[in-house]
Amino acid sequence: MSEVNENKLNKAELTGTAAEPAGAGAAGEPGAVKSESGAAETGAQTKKRGGKARVAALVVALLILTAGVIYVLDLLLRPKYMGDVTEGALTAEYYNAYGDHDVLFVGDCEVYENFSTVQLWREFGINSFIRGGAQQLTWQSYYLLEDALRYETPDVVVFNVLALMYNEPQNEAYNRMALDGMRWSQTKWNAIQASMCEDESMVDYIFPILRYHSRWNELTSEDFRYWFKKDTISYNGYYLRTEILPAGEMPPARPLTDPNFGDYAMAYLDLMTELCQEKGIHLVLIKSPSLYPHWYEEWDQQISEYADAHGLLYINMLDIAEDQVGVDYSLDTYDGGLHMNVTGAEKCASYLGKVLVEKYGLTDHRSDAKMSAYWDEVGARYDEAKNAG
Amino acid sequence: MDELISILKEIHPDVDYSTATNLVDGKILDSFDIISLVAEIADTFDVVISAEYMIPENFNSAEALWNLIRKLQDDD
Amino acid sequence: MLFTSYEFIGFVVLLVALYYVLPKKLKWPLLLLGSYVFYYFAGWKFLFYIFGVTGITYVAGLLISANKTRSDLQLKAMKGQDLPKDERKRFKEANRTKRRRIMAVGITIALLVLAVVKYTNFTIHNINSLLTVFHISKQLNFLNIALPMGISFYTFQAVGYVIDVYRDRHEAQRNFFKYALFVSFFPQLVQGPISRYGDLSKELFTPHPFSGRVVGRGLERVIWGYFKKLVIADRILPAVNTLIGTPEQFKGMYVFAAMMFYALELYADFTGGIDITIGIAEMLGIPVKENFERPFFSKNIAEYWRRWHITMGTWFTDYIFYPISVSSPMLKLSKWSRAHLGEKAGKRVPVYLASFVVWFTTGIWHGASWNFIVWGLGNFVVIMISQELEPLYRKFHKKFDTSGSTTYKTFQVGRTVLLMSALRLFDCYRDVPLTFKMFGTMFTTWNWGSIGDGIFLQLGISRADYVILALGTLLLIVVSMIARSGSVRDKMEKRLPMPVRFGVFALLVIVILIFGAYGKGYDASQFIYNQF
Repeated sequence: MSEVNENKLNKAELTGTAAEPAGAGAAGEPGAVKSESGAAETGAQTKKRGGKARVAALVVALLILTAGVIYVLDLLLRPKYMGDVTEGALTAEYYNAYGDHDVLFVGDCEVYENFSTVQLWREFGINSFIRGGAQQLTWQSYYLLEDALRYETPDVVVFNVLALMYNEPQNEAYNRMALDGMRWSQTKWNAIQASMCEDESMVDYIFPILRYHSRWNELTSEDFRYWFKKDTISYNGYYLRTEILPAGEMPPARPLTDPNFGDYAMAYLDLMTELCQEKGIHLVLIKSPSLYPHWYEEWDQQISEYADAHGLLYINMLDIAEDQVGVDYSLDTYDGGLHMNVTGAEKCASYLGKVLVEKYGLTDHRSDAKMSAYWDEVGARYDEAKNAG
Repeated sequence: MDELISILKEIHPDVDYSTATNLVDGKILDSFDIISLVAEIADTFDVVISAEYMIPENFNSAEALWNLIRKLQDDD
Repeated sequence: MLFTSYEFIGFVVLLVALYYVLPKKLKWPLLLLGSYVFYYFAGWKFLFYIFGVTGITYVAGLLISANKTRSDLQLKAMKGQDLPKDERKRFKEANRTKRRRIMAVGITIALLVLAVVKYTNFTIHNINSLLTVFHISKQLNFLNIALPMGISFYTFQAVGYVIDVYRDRHEAQRNFFKYALFVSFFPQLVQGPISRYGDLSKELFTPHPFSGRVVGRGLERVIWGYFKKLVIADRILPAVNTLIGTPEQFKGMYVFAAMMFYALELYADFTGGIDITIGIAEMLGIPVKENFERPFFSKNIAEYWRRWHITMGTWFTDYIFYPISVSSPMLKLSKWSRAHLGEKAGKRVPVYLASFVVWFTTGIWHGASWNFIVWGLGNFVVIMISQELEPLYRKFHKKFDTSGSTTYKTFQVGRTVLLMSALRLFDCYRDVPLTFKMFGTMFTTWNWGSIGDGIFLQLGISRADYVILALGTLLLIVVSMIARSGSVRDKMEKRLPMPVRFGVFALLVIVILIFGAYGKGYDASQFIYNQF
């Protein structure tokens, strides 16, 4: 059979009218499945197999095309976290950072707002990254660490212990900000499983469009601008703020109903400890010098005991903030003592860097040309933002 | 048969019952008509068409209906 | 598992794939298993009900069939013997009576189960109201029974089966499991259609080989169903709920809006659900009877009811309306009334009486409340009035030739839409008196001037939602117009090459994905970082 004929046959079969006598189809009633399925079967039997394979290939191609279109629309509809709420962009930025890190931070706003990674580099030559996130919960810290360890093994991991106060999933929005940016792996799956609130579903994480589709009527120019490419908004995970709002009276601490941290959270701290031990990483627990939420004496006691029992370093920077770290709560905070501004974050980084270098003998990488070049770039952005403020 | 036609004519005078074959499927007779018909037939022919015979095929044409009546009469 | 849940979609994909992978012998058992798994998700306790109804009607069917076979054989044998005609007749009648008794017992038990779970609390509620009226302080306690999913549908389907076996439309199904599949076939378990055994059994147990075309066509219909359900019905839902939920605030013109919104929601919801049902069955190669035929294009209410929820309508006609209206007391009544009330009026008495029963049961079948009963009877009244006005219409049409007049047709369609939507208000408002009151405000509270006041944007749906709804409804109407001259899918298949058709439905999927009202409403304000 010539090429032309074959094409014809193919086309006829595609439209399903191959052997249908003219007019027979006109009788087709809705739902008359049976009578119609006969039509395709009476096509030229000999060429049928080849035709079928072609149709199948075409269908597959069209399916892929459709999936592609949906994916592109999915990207458009996802929140970009490039404007007012930028914390959602932090998780993904880890994958673009340069080189193996000496120090990796995990935790909530008390890490990503309170330690300047640029300061750690400039003062000690430490290549660090903060895998922080807004209200990052202990299990999320664990899985983000596990995720990072798929790529590298840092010398030190710093975990901020405030998140232990939460023993169950809190809020979908923060879950999304912490998890959407992760690359797909078993770890991400487990992280989602551990984090989901009652009314969330795994399917929504696998296909974000199912969750974000109704943003179609809230799309802004930001969504189009950052459709395919995003800006880097952090400085190796550090979130820079320059404003100054002196700390005032904090609301009085409410009495603790249960002095112990919850089992769920503590179980993930255990996992973190084990994982670091296994990989030969020094795990350091810190309580960074944020004044609120209140850090209770009972909690401090508990963490101290935990650190002793597991041979970990625990630094409560809150107690030593003013005399040893040098934080001036009238200058170094941008929101009245809840978080550090850039000057405060630099002081915290100086203090912590010194401790880590002394204790663990971290290597100074400032002689590494490539890494210096990378940090020069980050530093330039950093200085610009700092001075602009 | 003539009697039946005259009953049918009473319901829809403008239908040619000698040729029509889709009285029900063509929505000429509705369920109200069918009920009146059954009542008239019961009176005239002393035959009760019970619900089990009330399917479109039996009412689609005068002939089919006539056959049904004859069959039911025979049964008695 | 709701039709719109991820679980259901996953379940169907898995089931269809398995259906075509499994060897022939296991195809229908898979459907049975799948149906029971589906039903299990609604609540394991409900399995007892469906199993019970299946068992009872199965046995009834078998017994009737067995009696019929036996008595036919004996009758044949008697023909050979030289017996008086009377004796054969008596024998025949005796057996028929036996069969009728078996049928009666079978369907009574099945219907009793339905009645108990569905109407007990309604009955108690009414008794309590009566007790209060007579100042008796004693009150009955309500039973704690949950209505098993789909029980109204599968009970009717099973009862129809027993009656059809009795009427000798088909033999009884001997294989219990096959019969169980007929009763429980999962796509139609939730909301019908109510299939007849004679129709559904033709293909239900047949092992269908895979055909991309058949699966594709079924899928097309499923997609269209989801479009109606998610893009239209569920999107307008918040507005409907707000309007009917605060009746003291939304009177007059807003009642009219609620009425039209609800009509649209119900239509899109119900027909969409049926499209999904029939589409899934089609994907498995099983044709299911149509349940709708563009009902809102009907000339009158009687026709509307022949085109809306068709399988329910024919069920009531075949199993209630006809049996009642040709029963011997009815025929006697007919004779009497014709003698005493005159030929014309007398003829109507039995018909109207049977109709009354049908509409009362239709109403109460929809739900155990006075709202539904009054709604059912409302339909009865409207149909009777239009029946009574028939001679008047005829005179009118003789004087003015309206045949082929588009204006007159439009008028008829508009009348159907308004009448049926108005009756549906009984679905909406809390109770019957309130419904009447709200309906009344359409004529007493003249607030059409406030239509542009922006209140419509505060009902829970935004301007953008209205745009989507308007476009979606437009598409709905256009597709219905095209469907007047035959299946839209057939037409597309004939005129459009496969990749184009694929593109159309892919586009529809994308539209559903983006504009469908499903999942959690993404609220940007939720994501604004608050201090802590």
